[in-house]
Amino acid sequence: MIAPLAVSACTATSTLGRGLAAQREALRAGRSGLRPNDFSNAPLACWIGRVEGVEDAPLPAALAGWDCRNNRLAWLGLRQDGFLERVGAARARYGSARVALLLGTSTASIGATEEGYRRLGADGRLPADLRRPAVHNPHSLGAFVAAALALDGPCLTISTACSSSAKAFAAAERMIRLGVADAAVVGGVDTLCDSVLFGFNALELVSPEPCRPFDRARRGISIGEAAGFALLERVDAAPRAPRLLGYGESSDAHHMSAPHPEGLGAALALRDALARAGLAPAQVDYVNLHGTASRKNDEVEAQLLARHFSAATRASSTKGYTGHTLGAAGILEAVFALQAIEHGFVPANLGGDEPDPACGPQFAWRGEERPVRVALSNSFGFGGNNACLAFARAEAA
Amino acid sequence: MSAAVHVAGVGLWAEGLPGFDALRARLAGAPAADTPGRPPAALLPPNERRRAPPQVLLAVEAAGQALAMSGLAPDAPACVFASAYGDQATTDYLCATLARAPRELSPTRFHQSVHNAAAGYWTIATGCRAPSSALCAGPESFGAGLLEAVLQVLADDRPVLLVACDTPGQGPLAEMTACHDAFACALLLAPRADGALARLSLHPHHGPCASLPWPEAFPADWLGGNPSAGALPLLVQLASGSGRCRLPAAPRLGLDIHVESPA
Repeated sequence: MIAPLAVSACTATSTLGRGLAAQREALRAGRSGLRPNDFSNAPLACWIGRVEGVEDAPLPAALAGWDCRNNRLAWLGLRQDGFLERVGAARARYGSARVALLLGTSTASIGATEEGYRRLGADGRLPADLRRPAVHNPHSLGAFVAAALALDGPCLTISTACSSSAKAFAAAERMIRLGVADAAVVGGVDTLCDSVLFGFNALELVSPEPCRPFDRARRGISIGEAAGFALLERVDAAPRAPRLLGYGESSDAHHMSAPHPEGLGAALALRDALARAGLAPAQVDYVNLHGTASRKNDEVEAQLLARHFSAATRASSTKGYTGHTLGAAGILEAVFALQAIEHGFVPANLGGDEPDPACGPQFAWRGEERPVRVALSNSFGFGGNNACLAFARAEAA
Repeated sequence: MSAAVHVAGVGLWAEGLPGFDALRARLAGAPAADTPGRPPAALLPPNERRRAPPQVLLAVEAAGQALAMSGLAPDAPACVFASAYGDQATTDYLCATLARAPRELSPTRFHQSVHNAAAGYWTIATGCRAPSSALCAGPESFGAGLLEAVLQVLADDRPVLLVACDTPGQGPLAEMTACHDAFACALLLAPRADGALARLSLHPHHGPCASLPWPEAFPADWLGGNPSAGALPLLVQLASGSGRCRLPAAPRLGLDIHVESPA
């Protein structure tokens, strides 16, 4: 078991809107944010979870050298729910060198590199306005947010595909436990770009209709974009805040782009999270599933759920609302789990109109208003990279 | 805080340095060793070895050397893969294809483009179900990876394989990364001394920090050009059995590292 940490602040911005209230309202109302793909010059016929207004939200002049869609969304996300101010208070309390920054992203600002290649000069070079090494770099996100938050302690960008920002919580817990930092900003940002739209399309994983997690006729994923952040501190600094109780990490050792058929790696991550949290499965009220709506993932994850939990544990995927936000999915869905705890609701598994027969009685096909004391969030990525996070209300910890 | 772990294995692959023994020989005055064009990466199954991008081959080669020296079972250690740029040849292919004919993108090249591709290939090849991570931290990627790997050893009392690898830039991207040489290294870090090569203690300190001392035997532009080569000052101390060096783990976070005999 580990000592729990307080999640003393958090925020999320997705296609559902900017900030926590917008996420919560859409989740409670069962309202999807997916829309027909209008991203890029030659849009594929699919649906996406696009954040409104990223194009019209430039960075402040002092940060303009970092400009790209991913860093714009990061900046937009940081300014919701008073998060900047909360980080400022932590910086003042602990010192800028003692607040670690651990962010996850799958593709960082590769959209800027893609644009550069579309506008190459006659000399074969990137256009002058995009000759900015800082954005053609997978650490663009971590380095930009460090500059934006004026943090100068440990800083790294974790990039393990769709488990990236979930793993940031684990790295932060280790840093605080072992005394490298007193607090940590964790989170993740991924934005729509051609790499992921055409890449997942090449793998035949993109649905032509809005994604339908756990539906028997699901046809693949819808890709989304999101930014989310959380502030982790020792419990005595925020005794009433919800808590990070545990985390689990594992590898499938099976295939680069398909899950282990029996979910061995996913089960290891789940059991690791429960063990670190000191929880029995029966104590878990809600599981926010990875639930991408790919044929394989949902089949394996439904079986994993059925093997470990009774009907008293409620479960849903929220990808039907936001799309699969890839490297940001870990933080976005951790925030959803925290909202479920703080506001007492279980979001409906949107899109599962005809449930896959593999789905057990744990699935919340409709939204439920009920107390949630303990919630888990699953994140599984390419390369067979798995993470599971466990959160709880303060008094349950 | 300060943190101590043991080094149970070392791997290395760079021009003229196809292994840790080659580094020792070079420091003793031997000329640069012959380096085959492609690292053997013997742990990969032959079909994967044929198709894998350079980044994966280099990382797996260095990781395999460190694992072999440690004598641990291949699936035992958790792993942390650090790379400032990921596989640049794949990024160049991806962006060039998307600009020209996006619907012709190769699904294999796409899944090879994830930053954790080497971690994925490694865990699949070794049957490793332990946690695996992939990270980057710009020019400080090696030091940041070392700190993360050491924390994992101490937090979970388990061996952790750290692999750092960067490959040359290709196409228009090359001007932005200015990374011209390949460099990969690996350290198998363990909580206990059993059979270890050295004991490593890390002392983080606040403030800007350069990689020191830079070994004179090696081109200074390795450091400017390949963030993974930032590991060299530490590798040199490990080769000599003891010593001190300093590596950056973030722009204003340095690691003072003491290398001692394992005792």
